[in-house]
Amino acid sequence: MKNYKPNEKLDIKDILNDIENYTPKRRGWTWREKVDNLVMNGHTYSDCSKPLKNSIGIQSAVQYFENLDPQPVEVITTEIASGRFEDDIRRMRMAAWHGADHIMVIRTAGQSHYDGLVEGTPQGIGGIPISRKQVRCHRKALDFIEEEVGRPINYHSYISGVAGPEIAVMFAEEGVNGAHQDPQYNVLYRNINMVRSFVDAAESKKVMSWADIAQIDGAHNANATAREAWKVMPELMVQHGINSMFSYKTGIKKENICLSTVPPSAAPVPCTKYDLPYAVALRDFFSEYKMRAQQNTKYITSSSREATVTHVLNMMISKLTNADIQSTITPDEGRNVPWHMYNIEACDTAKQTLVALDGLLEMVELKTDGYLADEAREIKERAILYLEELIEVGGYFEAVEKGFFVDSGKYPERHGDGIGRKLDTGIGAGTVYERDDDYFAPVTAHFGYNNVAQYDESLVDNPAKLIEGCTFEKPDKIIFIDELDEQDNVNERMKEAEEFRNTNMIKPEVEWLADGTVVLEMCLPTDKRTAEIASIEIAKNMNLSNPEVIHVEVLHPSEGIRVQVKGKTDFAVDISKLEIPKEPILLSDDKLWETIEEKPLKVVAATVGEDEHSVGLREVIDIKHGGIEKWGIEVEYLGTSCPVEKLVDAAIEVNAEAILASTIISHDKIHYKNIKKIHELCIEKGIRDKVNIICGGTQVISELAVESGADAGFGRGTKGKHVATFLVNNRK
Amino acid sequence: MKGYMKREDDFQTRRKHLENLTNEELHNKFWSLLEETVDPLLEVARTHTSPSVERSVLLRMGFSSIEAKPLVEMAIDRELISKGVGHCIYKVSKENDLSIRDAGLEMLEGKYWDSLKF
Repeated sequence: MKNYKPNEKLDIKDILNDIENYTPKRRGWTWREKVDNLVMNGHTYSDCSKPLKNSIGIQSAVQYFENLDPQPVEVITTEIASGRFEDDIRRMRMAAWHGADHIMVIRTAGQSHYDGLVEGTPQGIGGIPISRKQVRCHRKALDFIEEEVGRPINYHSYISGVAGPEIAVMFAEEGVNGAHQDPQYNVLYRNINMVRSFVDAAESKKVMSWADIAQIDGAHNANATAREAWKVMPELMVQHGINSMFSYKTGIKKENICLSTVPPSAAPVPCTKYDLPYAVALRDFFSEYKMRAQQNTKYITSSSREATVTHVLNMMISKLTNADIQSTITPDEGRNVPWHMYNIEACDTAKQTLVALDGLLEMVELKTDGYLADEAREIKERAILYLEELIEVGGYFEAVEKGFFVDSGKYPERHGDGIGRKLDTGIGAGTVYERDDDYFAPVTAHFGYNNVAQYDESLVDNPAKLIEGCTFEKPDKIIFIDELDEQDNVNERMKEAEEFRNTNMIKPEVEWLADGTVVLEMCLPTDKRTAEIASIEIAKNMNLSNPEVIHVEVLHPSEGIRVQVKGKTDFAVDISKLEIPKEPILLSDDKLWETIEEKPLKVVAATVGEDEHSVGLREVIDIKHGGIEKWGIEVEYLGTSCPVEKLVDAAIEVNAEAILASTIISHDKIHYKNIKKIHELCIEKGIRDKVNIICGGTQVISELAVESGADAGFGRGTKGKHVATFLVNNRK
Repeated sequence: MKGYMKREDDFQTRRKHLENLTNEELHNKFWSLLEETVDPLLEVARTHTSPSVERSVLLRMGFSSIEAKPLVEMAIDRELISKGVGHCIYKVSKENDLSIRDAGLEMLEGKYWDSLKF
């Protein structure tokens, strides 16, 4: 694969090329490398990891701190679910640049019930059908992207359903680094037969342990399913416990066993009173295991602001109780399948929050008595009582039959509304077979009884040697299948948007190349229902097709409604025909400070003519607004309605290097006339070769200002830095 | 309703035997109960197999997913899955001096199954 520069787009065809021969460069999960007392830009960070080679910091980092981008020690997850793996790749690259190092690719709806491996590159719904080709393409792309950003990236998907062990083998072969695996998920939420689920899970986990794949459980689903999520806390502990212990006993090391934890409640309930004791109880019991913290999604709405607040509050809990992986749910998850920019927003929210809370536990500690300790203890006791009764009724299978799980009562309270499954029903019922005494499988990482000794007693621990190594030792034995469906595959899909792939034509997009989707946001002075209908009409009038309301908020029942509408544009823009003015190159803060400190710089400034406007000029001057005073430039400010003569005289008097004239009123081209007057006066007084004349104003066009005699003109959007840079670069 | 048990919260009476345990004792109790819970599940997994487990074995032996699926079904039809489907292929390869892959591909065509003796 080509080595792409940051200003080059990844070519999906390049990734597809020769994919049948690609082998992943490494296997296994990678944690971030913590750096003790990391110093960056003069600040000392307590909980951060090795910085990246290429990255984009949060907005304030870009605007005020020259892209200062410390990386928290927690692994940051982004979930990608566009349904087209080729478009997912581009999002992965964006997310990696914003600090994601755990890329979780969601599976298409229904794959759990697919009895075997999916092959080829069919399109999915709410995720991709996980197949070898797609996984390999993703891993190949990430193998490049991780080099680009300078940190290993963990690729993750799901090992569940009725084809778990095969998916696990394929993941091990293809270098997948993390996976969800929890037989309880199959049983409770996918109605897969419970005996089959546990038999398959043991094999899957054994394979995962061989490939050093980190495992995340599925307990968080109980939280999302329960009627009142905070009441299932004791059960959540039990579910985490069952999967953790089962995994450990199949061979997965504890540091690769991660609990999928979710704070069970959210405002407006007093959520910290529920969430913090729960997190403390969990940390106490599961001290040897890892925590993958996710934000609460049970109470997520279409408000991306609200989702972000919940995310931030949940990260406070993560920080106080030491989460190891911080998941990011995109703030648009409550209204659509996540879009590119919301993945990035969520990664930035995680990074911003975790860095902001750096060193928190050096300054505060959780109380070990009182409400917090009492509540945590109670949750733990309730979990133990749950397990005692589970064993008393005959064990896990019997408890599931009796509807123990996902009951909405806070155990031992029972509402009788749990999810029950029968031992002999569900998908895959009756497909489990007892192994005979001479049962044998000549492969590596096979769980359970395996009579290898009947062929060679010396190979009991290495059965694959009997076949000269299996695919785990000899990857060239893997059979790669390309495409099985002539229509539903990446090559056909790519033809649809071919005119937009690495060409001059662009369209807006949110998930797929050239999908054309845009969002309109508006406030309408009417009631909610009318606003919804009216907003669609407005979108139609703006020529958006398929307009759909994605969010409505009542500002007042009759005075105002906030509406967000999505729709599609059907035109494209040819970027080769755009006239793009060059961006000014600005000097850095350090360079400006240094230069002006070495050789002080003085200017005079005023709004000239009969003109009382002062805001623009003050913005350019004042230190408070990032004006030129910030870098030590001395300003003699003469106020508004200043006659040009007075301004030029002042320049002579204080020996200024520049005259800054603000001129807002543009009637009859008075602004250019004033500039000309200043220019001529300076010549008359013999100082024109000693001063720069700079004029600014909302109607000023640089070229016309220069034609009128100024050295430079600055129009709308000018910041102090533009002016300071010009002054320093053009001293006379 | 589903007919599952309903019960008022009797936590205070039920917890009596836990009341005086230290946090460490509570911790140990939790994990020993979990061990008791999962051990029988592990035993079922240790002594049983499934179509997916067998297909995963065949993948590791160098068969594609498209080949593994019918091979496992053929073994189930002949009541040989309890021997291990990989075992069947291994045996055919040894007894007929074929590579593992050739043995499996021949068996896909229905050959050798009838001569398999365990």
